[in-house]
Amino acid sequence: MTSFHLKATPADSAPLPQRQGARARRALSRVDPMRVVLGALALIPTLVLAFLVYKIFSEAWPAIRFNGWSFFTTKTFTMGNLYGSALEHRNGQVAAGGAQYGVLAFVLGTLLSSLIALLVAVPVAVGGAILLGEKLPAVLQAPLGVFLELLAGIPSVVFGLWGVYSFGPWLSRSVYAPISHLGLPWLSAGVSSNGQGLLTSGLVLAVMIVPIIASITRELVRSVPGNTREGAAALGLTSAESVRVVTLPFIHRGIVAASVLGLARALGETIAVLIISGNALNTYPVSLFAPFSTMASTIAAMLDSALTDSTGMAVHSLAEVGLVLVSITLVVNFAGRYIARSLGTNVPIGRGA
Amino acid sequence: MGIWRRLRNVGFWTLCGLAALAIAAPALWVLYTVFHQSLPVIGWRLLTHNTNAGGLKNAILGTLWLLFGVLVLAGIVGVGSGIYLAEFAPRGIGQVARFFSDVLAGMPSIVLGYVAYITLVVQAGWGYSYLAGVIALSVLVLPYIVKTTEVALRQVPTALREGAAGLGMTERIILWKIVLPPALPGIMSGVIVALAISTGELAPLLFTVGFTDNNPSLALTHQQVPYLTSVIFTNLQLPDPQAQYLSAAAGAMSLLLLVILILIGRLITARSVKATRRMAL
Repeated sequence: MTSFHLKATPADSAPLPQRQGARARRALSRVDPMRVVLGALALIPTLVLAFLVYKIFSEAWPAIRFNGWSFFTTKTFTMGNLYGSALEHRNGQVAAGGAQYGVLAFVLGTLLSSLIALLVAVPVAVGGAILLGEKLPAVLQAPLGVFLELLAGIPSVVFGLWGVYSFGPWLSRSVYAPISHLGLPWLSAGVSSNGQGLLTSGLVLAVMIVPIIASITRELVRSVPGNTREGAAALGLTSAESVRVVTLPFIHRGIVAASVLGLARALGETIAVLIISGNALNTYPVSLFAPFSTMASTIAAMLDSALTDSTGMAVHSLAEVGLVLVSITLVVNFAGRYIARSLGTNVPIGRGA
Repeated sequence: MGIWRRLRNVGFWTLCGLAALAIAAPALWVLYTVFHQSLPVIGWRLLTHNTNAGGLKNAILGTLWLLFGVLVLAGIVGVGSGIYLAEFAPRGIGQVARFFSDVLAGMPSIVLGYVAYITLVVQAGWGYSYLAGVIALSVLVLPYIVKTTEVALRQVPTALREGAAGLGMTERIILWKIVLPPALPGIMSGVIVALAISTGELAPLLFTVGFTDNNPSLALTHQQVPYLTSVIFTNLQLPDPQAQYLSAAAGAMSLLLLVILILIGRLITARSVKATRRMAL
């Protein structure tokens, strides 16, 4: 303020207390209770996340000790004889006699079903969204948005209901049965009458994540500036060429981001898969048509009976399954976010609805 | 135009058309299955009787009661958190909190259910209860509300804040009178989406709230709560056709609830577009 007053004068030192008062007042206003409350609320998601990670890890810890590396190299997941008196001791930990825990079959089930879902969903969602975004009259865009939003919001248990009553039996009858007669590898064994299995689950997961990817892609298509499209048309490009030259370069990063979101959803999906997977235990899926299990569906399916294990090791082992699931989901999330950011975009958050 | 280019054009759009069909057809099939399967039991009985008497009254009430809890808990925490991140957070803290909130959004819902079960139902000793379920659901949708609130607030032009500060308004007045009103529709539609997600979730509730054929009580702990997605899941596995019809009817009911929530959200968003236009003028 007094930049021309270079020398200290008595007049300068006089207002000092007042200035200190102002500073104190400013410091006080910085601890405005409203800010404190809001700041505390803003910490909650971080604290909850920290607690979740800590809790799942500490719950899994006895199982990590008990199972050792064989958890990651074996496919047999059995709680042993919960009603016998024999106990299994290993690495200072106790489990029911005959208990053995391996996660490999579930990891494979989760990855395969999610991969099928992604491979089917991305082309369908992107192709459909391009058509809807480019060709559909503007009047119909808003109702279409509501429709896609509704699809994304359909409860996963409803997809399970559809899969087990309609889609699965139809697939089994009209698709799997004829194909399995051909005796092709991966495409013959294990067909069940209601179609419960790997491919059915992958396809249902695809149906679940298509609306997520499609609605994001459609928004992206609509955000492409109209004059670039007009320019392409003026150069004599067909509308398909215009999509390739103009629209796709604009939206491909966003498609990657949307696909990551869809994949994350498929990896963590529990209830629909629980209903449609057939819950095969202790085995790798023998074919695309055969029953299988995922990590998420196994936790949901076994938690009830695991509670009857008086040694607690069954519940701890399910926590270890959860820990693996969380790790894979987080890696996909981080990798996706990293890729998306290096492409100059962001992964939207959300569970689809 | 060459014949090949023309053919490729037609071919491309045919493929896109098939893809669009592949989006719509399964979805319509799902809706058809649910409504067709529930036809035999559709009627007022669904609204007037409880699940043990072929109705859904207790499950509908329970779902609404759970949604109310999520609205209060996740609403307060999420909106407050979003306000802080958009308006007050120092750069570093903001980035960290935002990052972890996004990570939380990626947590598999069954893991939330597991931890909620171990911590709240068993260790806290609440048993299967309303509060355990509301907390699990709230954690699930919290990141969503945080994000939409922050985005809605960031869309309010900085000029408004500067103008208000220039007129000598305090921080608090600026927030309540200047910044929040135009952002409110955006915030509310985010909360509505969170409620829509909660309506359809089962994994976090499966091991936290239990189920009962009675109406939900107002007790926060030690009382099980009935809800729609549980009816779908449980009855689906029963051999009795009547139970299976009820399962589908519960599905139809949760879809109806979903449509209502989406329409409310759309109405609010439409108003928010108007509000934004007003601000721009």
